[in-house]
Amino acid sequence: MTTLFSRPWIWSWLAAGGAFMLTMLLTEGRGAGELAYAALSFGAFAAIVGLGQMMVITLGPGNVDLSIPAVMTLSGTLALKAMGSVPGAEYWGLGVAVAVGLGAGGANFALIYLLRLPPIIATLAASLVYQSVAIWSNRGLRIRPPEALADFATGRAFGIPNVALVGLMLAVVVWVVLERSIWGRWLLATGQNMRAARLAGVPVQIVRAVTYLTVSVLAAVAGYLLASFSGGASLNMGQEYLLMSIAVVVIGGTSIAGGNSNVPGVWGGALFMFLVVSMLNSYGFGAGVRLVLTGSIIIGIVIVASTRRARP
Amino acid sequence: MRRLFSRYRILLPVVSLALLLVATFYMQPRTMSYFGVNLLFNLAVPIALATVAQMCIMMVEDIDLSVGAFVSLTACVTATLLNDQPVLGVGVLACLVAAYAVMGAVIHRLELPAIVVTLGMSFVWGGLALFILPTPGGASPGWLRSMMTSTPPMVPMAVVASVVIATVAHLLVVRSGIGTVLRGVGGNARSVARAGWPVIRLKALAYGLAGLFGVLAGMALVGLTTSADANIALRYTLLSIAGVILGGGEFTGGKVSPVGAVIGALTLTLAASFLSFLRLSPDWQIGAQGGILIIVLMARLLFTRRNTRDG
Repeated sequence: MTTLFSRPWIWSWLAAGGAFMLTMLLTEGRGAGELAYAALSFGAFAAIVGLGQMMVITLGPGNVDLSIPAVMTLSGTLALKAMGSVPGAEYWGLGVAVAVGLGAGGANFALIYLLRLPPIIATLAASLVYQSVAIWSNRGLRIRPPEALADFATGRAFGIPNVALVGLMLAVVVWVVLERSIWGRWLLATGQNMRAARLAGVPVQIVRAVTYLTVSVLAAVAGYLLASFSGGASLNMGQEYLLMSIAVVVIGGTSIAGGNSNVPGVWGGALFMFLVVSMLNSYGFGAGVRLVLTGSIIIGIVIVASTRRARP
Repeated sequence: MRRLFSRYRILLPVVSLALLLVATFYMQPRTMSYFGVNLLFNLAVPIALATVAQMCIMMVEDIDLSVGAFVSLTACVTATLLNDQPVLGVGVLACLVAAYAVMGAVIHRLELPAIVVTLGMSFVWGGLALFILPTPGGASPGWLRSMMTSTPPMVPMAVVASVVIATVAHLLVVRSGIGTVLRGVGGNARSVARAGWPVIRLKALAYGLAGLFGVLAGMALVGLTTSADANIALRYTLLSIAGVILGGGEFTGGKVSPVGAVIGALTLTLAASFLSFLRLSPDWQIGAQGGILIIVLMARLLFTRRNTRDG
């Protein structure tokens, strides 16, 4: 039990569970299944981008990808445009999305590596460009995703939303890579001390490059799924995921100082972020109060998590 | 050589602004007038103030993701409370500055990551703004309106305001003793602490200054737009970070330049006008702003490379 409570990710899951319970208290247990289902569906998108952001943050101080929303919008827009509602074009669309991710990730890293820009500024400047490309190609277009894809994105298997299954699968893959592969060790070593890692023979720049590619690909896949889920791409579809992606990582117990990542926490954080909003909604708070409480709760969790870590 | 380097740091923002200004005048000669310059730089005043606020935070090696939400909130307070009940309005704005100072102290005391705390606070500020002003509206206090739209002789108000902001921030951050210590906190907080300074109070001071400039940014914005809404300044968060960097600031080591930050904000605002004179499709405006940011930073890299090679 003590080992369980010493895990940094436990707090996000406890918080998510608490928010779930408080909502259930109000409805006296009605709609528990629906709420869990909705949390898994909407949490999946936050979890997918959160996994990418987590890897970037693990790279060490100053590493944050601010281009996630723009990449999501761009990939959703271009993928839907490429598919053009034609049945059977789903994989083509996924291919386009992954290509967008690789392109954006490559461009981000080129700015960071070749121009020596701080990642925050590089991804910020690049995201403005991606946003423009998305606006330019989206102009007045309302393209619906192919029927089969829309059904997949909103459908379920074994009672679990398909998007959540994709998110869980990706989480397992990321977990295995981080915890059980040499590449994961390299990433953690780079985040803990880049210089020491380089001297120990870790190909630091390659690790960074692959990480920035991965985060963009994950964001692109999330954008592709989100556009299919909501029946079309829109220009502000990625907007809320900038803060969300950072919030789920930190609530999940990943150290913002880098060198320490935490996959289960990302999912806990993603579920929590959805559940807390729906809890405040069902208690009938207005939009203003809801935002204030959400912010206060985020800060509260960060304080609890960090003081717990400080005094083990 | 070091002196040349430090001179270069401010030179580059100045040169990029001048180039952009010349290009704008060339594209649209009619802007080369009192009225034209005022139009070009009018909206730069609140952005410059927000950029100085961001700079105060980056000075102590933190980053503030809540600037945009905070300026929106202060704009809402200005357009409602400060207009209707001036005493209460001033009190609320003072409380907001104090809240910023407390936030800095808490971040330092509990060793919290500033990026996350300010992220959380951006929700809080946004919520309070919605609470105060649920629908867009409000009105600017008359004195503020007449101050922002006044027409001083010879030089437009926007330029006067920018010069005043840059001068005050420069005196405060670069020339004053306390400003030097504050930059020292960003450079090496531990050695500042060893030298006997209460770092927690210094951090609170830096955040308090940021809050003060944030309040001024909100007031200036309302003076220009005469009304507010809860999302009015959300884009200032990214603009302010970009402005500080454009002006020669860095993320580490307390290396900031107040004059550069104001120039950076002017450059970003001018870039938007310039692009519209280029008859660039509005689709590409945001992207071109990003492009200009990248080009200036690229130029800076060339300068620093050359300097390190020489020195």
